[in-house]
Amino acid sequence: MKGVFFIAALTSILAVLLICLFLFANGIPAMGKIGVFDFLLGQKWAPTDSPASYGIFPMILGSIYVTAGAIIIGVPIGILTAVFMARFCPKGLYKILKPAVDLLAGIPSVVYGFFGVMVLVPFVRDNFGGTGLSILTASILLGIMILPTIIGVSESAIRAVPESYYEGALALGATHERSVFFTILPAAKSGITAGVILGIGRAIGETMAVMMVVGNQTRVTSDILKGLRTLTTNIVMEMGYAADLHREALIATAVVLFIFILIINLLFSLLKRRSKA
Amino acid sequence: MKKIWNAFKTRFKTYKKRPLSLILFLAVTLSAIATFSILIYLIAYILVMGIPNLSWDIFAWEYNSDNNSLMPALINTITMTVLSLVIAAPLGIFSAIYLVEYAKRGNKLVGIVRVTAETLSGIPSIVYGLFGMLFFVTALKWQLSLISGAFTLAIMILPLIMRTTEEALKSVPDSYREGSFGLGAGRLRTVFRIVLPAAVPGILAGVILAIGRIVGETAALIYTAGTVAKIPDLMSSGRTLAVHMFVLSNEGLHTDKAYATAVVLLVIVILINALSAFVAKKISKGTRV
Repeated sequence: MKGVFFIAALTSILAVLLICLFLFANGIPAMGKIGVFDFLLGQKWAPTDSPASYGIFPMILGSIYVTAGAIIIGVPIGILTAVFMARFCPKGLYKILKPAVDLLAGIPSVVYGFFGVMVLVPFVRDNFGGTGLSILTASILLGIMILPTIIGVSESAIRAVPESYYEGALALGATHERSVFFTILPAAKSGITAGVILGIGRAIGETMAVMMVVGNQTRVTSDILKGLRTLTTNIVMEMGYAADLHREALIATAVVLFIFILIINLLFSLLKRRSKA
Repeated sequence: MKKIWNAFKTRFKTYKKRPLSLILFLAVTLSAIATFSILIYLIAYILVMGIPNLSWDIFAWEYNSDNNSLMPALINTITMTVLSLVIAAPLGIFSAIYLVEYAKRGNKLVGIVRVTAETLSGIPSIVYGLFGMLFFVTALKWQLSLISGAFTLAIMILPLIMRTTEEALKSVPDSYREGSFGLGAGRLRTVFRIVLPAAVPGILAGVILAIGRIVGETAALIYTAGTVAKIPDLMSSGRTLAVHMFVLSNEGLHTDKAYATAVVLLVIVILINALSAFVAKKISKGTRV
């Protein structure tokens, strides 16, 4: 039986190896054919033109913009909510709020996307102008979607800080708020940063909800009321009909996304280890 | 009531002297209110817009472009959930058993397995979808099918089941194992008779979380299980409820049906969450004894 358990333990290693193998084997040759430089920094994505051009720079920039927007909106609210839940919330209220955060995490991304299309897109269109399918809309929606991740990780980081820190600050005459913000939060810094990084990973990887509200135009723009396309939406939009080099270029897009995620994961586990130590 | 009012008054007095504390207090409270009003608004919006659109039509046995029935998708969701769990649950639980019960301290493999599991849990679902398409659909020639989708999702939920099982096994007190060994039971018997039963609620909580992810998944399924709105055999394509929801709202032709489908999806997710909260409560009660 030990052998069976051992083999089961190997499956996750096997899965990672297979995923790397199939993505890289199908994606790297395309990068070679297009030219790594033209692929990563090319400004034009026009796979159906002749000659076709496969530049994913607009999408890399798109993913970064949308993620940055999500961080600007989601991180402050998320951390402050975590502070509220860990340090300000009456016990009775906590019993309602905790399942609510779990529910926020459990709502499927299509439902978020649908909500975005029906509520956020008209809201942005009416209040800020443009078509509503924009960086701003996607940022708001993603900001909401990463809230539970940030709240969950930050809350447990805040709770892990020894009570003596807080009591010490109180004893020195600080108010409850000051004690929490100037002694507990700095002590929980690396745990909270880990939560933010996990949230960034979620935001970069989110596909369906973003696709429904971001407009998906392949262009470089920094106007937050205009639409653009992210790495994830580029894959999901065109994979259905892509063939040959186009298809391989999309897989190469996934390779770029995968490498982004690996870097983020690495940062996350480094920080988590440090916050444990 | 008067007590609360007095507490509030003394608090307000300190705030008057220390405006920064007031600002911090307001920031924290307003953020929490914002977070929870978003959730309440989202749920209320879907329910209010969707419930009037619920009709027997969308629960018809056969899908056609007229009724947009979600019944085939609902049944496919159940099939998909069962299949993925049948694949992933034994693998996840067994590997957790190896890591916790068998691996020696400082075993290099344990570290590698942990890192790979962490990597897996960070991979976005669209990358899983692409991998499933390249491996199960194309390389293994399983075509767009429920089985390709189920294997893809199984890899996706594997780290989740592994991690929760690991934690559940670790929380079983060592005295249980020592008692069992002391009575002459072997390691295997100890694991199956003593440790696993004690860890069941924790494992169950992980499985329920995994069900939630399967039910809500779209991006990983579009290019592995496909979007055909039928109840297929395992080797053919079929859409799950979340995929159905996506197709409906992406077409934009049947917004009323999309609202109704969103209600059904949301209700299922709320039920799953309630179930997992219930099991989690059981766990915390169990360990306190």
